Amino acid sequence: MTKKPASASSSANATAARSTARTRGGRRAPATARKTAEADMAADVKTASPPALSREEELEAYRVMLLIRRFEEKAGQMYGMGLIGGFCHLYIGQEAVVVGMHMATKEGDQNITGYRDHGHMLVMGMDPKGVMAELTGRRGGYSRGKGGSMHMFSTEKKFYGGHGIVGAQVPIGAGIAFANRYQNNGAVCLAYFGDGAANQGQVYETFNMAELWKLPVVFIIENNRYAMGTAVSRASAQTDFSKRGVSFNIPGEQVDGMDIRAVKEAGERAVAWARDGKGPYILEMQTYRYRGHSMSDPAKYRTRDEVEKMRTEHDAIEQARQRLLGEHGLSEDELKKVDADIRRIVNEAADFATHDPEPDPSELWTDVTLPHDGPRA
Amino acid sequence: MPTDVLMPALSPTMEEGKLSRWLKKEGDAVKSGDVIAEIETDKATMEVEAVDEGVLARILVPEGAEGVKVNTPIAVIAAEGEDASAAATPAGTAKAETTAAKPDAGEAARDEAPRRPAAPVQADMELPEGVKTVSMTVREALRDAMAEEMRLNENVFVMGEEVAEYQGAYKVTQGLLQEFGARRVVDTPITEHGFAGLGVGAAFAGLRPVVEFMTFNFAMQAIDHIINSAAKTLYMSGGQISCPIVFRGPNGAASRVAAQHSQDYSSWYSHVPGLTVIAPFTAADAKGLLKAAIRSPNPVVFLENEILYGQSFPVPDVEDWIVPIGKARIARPGEHVTIVAWSHAMFHALEAAETLAGDGIEAEVIDLRTLRPLDAETIVESVRKTGRCVVVEEGWPQAGMGAEISARIMEEAFDYLDAPVTRVSGKDVPMPYAANLEKLALPSAAEVVEAARAVCYR
Repeated sequence: MTKKPASASSSANATAARSTARTRGGRRAPATARKTAEADMAADVKTASPPALSREEELEAYRVMLLIRRFEEKAGQMYGMGLIGGFCHLYIGQEAVVVGMHMATKEGDQNITGYRDHGHMLVMGMDPKGVMAELTGRRGGYSRGKGGSMHMFSTEKKFYGGHGIVGAQVPIGAGIAFANRYQNNGAVCLAYFGDGAANQGQVYETFNMAELWKLPVVFIIENNRYAMGTAVSRASAQTDFSKRGVSFNIPGEQVDGMDIRAVKEAGERAVAWARDGKGPYILEMQTYRYRGHSMSDPAKYRTRDEVEKMRTEHDAIEQARQRLLGEHGLSEDELKKVDADIRRIVNEAADFATHDPEPDPSELWTDVTLPHDGPRA
Repeated sequence: MPTDVLMPALSPTMEEGKLSRWLKKEGDAVKSGDVIAEIETDKATMEVEAVDEGVLARILVPEGAEGVKVNTPIAVIAAEGEDASAAATPAGTAKAETTAAKPDAGEAARDEAPRRPAAPVQADMELPEGVKTVSMTVREALRDAMAEEMRLNENVFVMGEEVAEYQGAYKVTQGLLQEFGARRVVDTPITEHGFAGLGVGAAFAGLRPVVEFMTFNFAMQAIDHIINSAAKTLYMSGGQISCPIVFRGPNGAASRVAAQHSQDYSSWYSHVPGLTVIAPFTAADAKGLLKAAIRSPNPVVFLENEILYGQSFPVPDVEDWIVPIGKARIARPGEHVTIVAWSHAMFHALEAAETLAGDGIEAEVIDLRTLRPLDAETIVESVRKTGRCVVVEEGWPQAGMGAEISARIMEEAFDYLDAPVTRVSGKDVPMPYAANLEKLALPSAAEVVEAARAVCYR
């Protein structure tokens, strides 16, 4: 990937200026919170379209976003069947964020996130079978059935979790970036967290250190409008999350997280900034989760119309599909083949996760500690 | 009246210091606020200011004098025109008067009694025969352990508050910045939650962080990362992600710093699977165990003790001194009663054993050294021999280490017991500030003696 350090600074400033104008109206009253998500999104749609993707890029983005969508739909079904237990947080609606960001990175860059993590794993190339089998608590799962939905890792694919404590992944992600700088390996760590986690104190402790030490980390705030059931405007004094780094001198921008092209463009700018030794960068991804916070959330805090409007007017996968059929000239048949292929992958994963045995009882006692005199790293 | 300038106590635990330099000479005029001398404590070099106006009439302690006790007169300041010769008393003879006049004379005496071993500590009991030792403070031993491991492994680095330029809040990291540079000795902002999490991330990514907490009291801000992020991830990742990190710093009561700065976290951390918890007493163990902790692929909580930092012990003068994790040490053999302790409470245990020996009770003193994994085998083996056990801990009794050890003995050596296992612990109250109350809140050698006699029915 090519670096674009020269453009980074001016773009960031331009965005900051735009953000200021946008939020000058002040805080929204809680009473209107229900109506705000869609209205906000409409206001955020940029007048100028972001640069187009090539046919291959668009198709690959579509394929991975669809994989995540279908995987999550299947996980929801399997939860309903009692095959998946505990907490299960679906990523449906937010797919463009991880897929666009992944397109902006290169081999060796790391990812870390919170508990809504299935999409982040799939985008890193982790095997859907291993992810699904972890959801069902089976021995073939990425954590051999001992982590579950919120706790999965792949050192091979540079995915560092999968963290169940809101905000914990932020300093850990900065620590991975600290190791990148220490080892001078040129890698950048993407640390994802939500609008809810953005109010945790440790996030700001991390912002301070990351900028102080110019760590190669990009903080991606996935603003899906609700921290569990609390609308952003009811939980945050400053609802423009791109400004959350202002007092630490960290540049930030708001991005239409429902547009894969916009995510990739901003992601490239942010990753180049971090890789160039300029320190951290904040991207607020304005996105939307179609499902509840977790499987047990009836989502009474928003209207059905609000969700429906987002699905029909802003869905990232549908937008990519229309571009593939239109400007990229793909046929319905060609896309049907992609859809069929994805369904096959997801069904195989579900099948594997249903029939793979549970962990051996002896696994209860393994992986607690390693021998103290093991090989030295 | 001419005024004596006394050797000041520059920290809660300082007992003596070195008069490194006089900045004024006899006959110089001084006014309030003038720096007259520099004093080196075990933690830092501090300046002594004149608090009176006048003439520096006499210097009583020469430049370079070491081991000058707190409250020793070091100089005399006379008012202008005053005859200083009459008031001037040589160092040493004036000590009794000056300290007697101080309201905390009792506290000074108390510091001498329970906190110092009455008998020489037999720290070298398990050292290999014929090995040469050097006398070293716990502080020096800890620093050498870090420096040696940093020389051996490029991935080892130290981070924490004041570890670099300040040379360590308790001087434990002295000289590391000079040898290893700012890349590997990292001063952090005052932000425990953040830098503990950052250290964990660095460990996940392959580095070997040594994270210093100025004291473990402040690590409560960071305990989520110590437990949820560091201790559990190996398990939650099915063995994929290890977290080779050491969280270290002083733990437990120091002296007169009250409830928020005196807590003992021994039992808190020892509760958690995935953590290794070490609490050394001697300098040899501090060095050998810290080196082992840094090499371990596991997250280690390394509980030090501020009062022990300045204590000297023999340390083997060998190239690579390592003490195995998870092994207790029999600090003193005996056959009548087992006394289990660790860290600073070992002073009480050893002093009590010496007193008991005078009454014909031979106590076996076990220094746990590692709290998790707990070396129950050594304890049980000893109790099978003695039939009695007293556990000494400075922390609170409920759900403490003593409670755990009692349960283990009941489970594994019930038929061997001739008396109930007895706990001597910190009292079940927040640590008070007043000198007399603080003394009452902490366990003492006298309490250990009393408990041991009770279980021996003597």
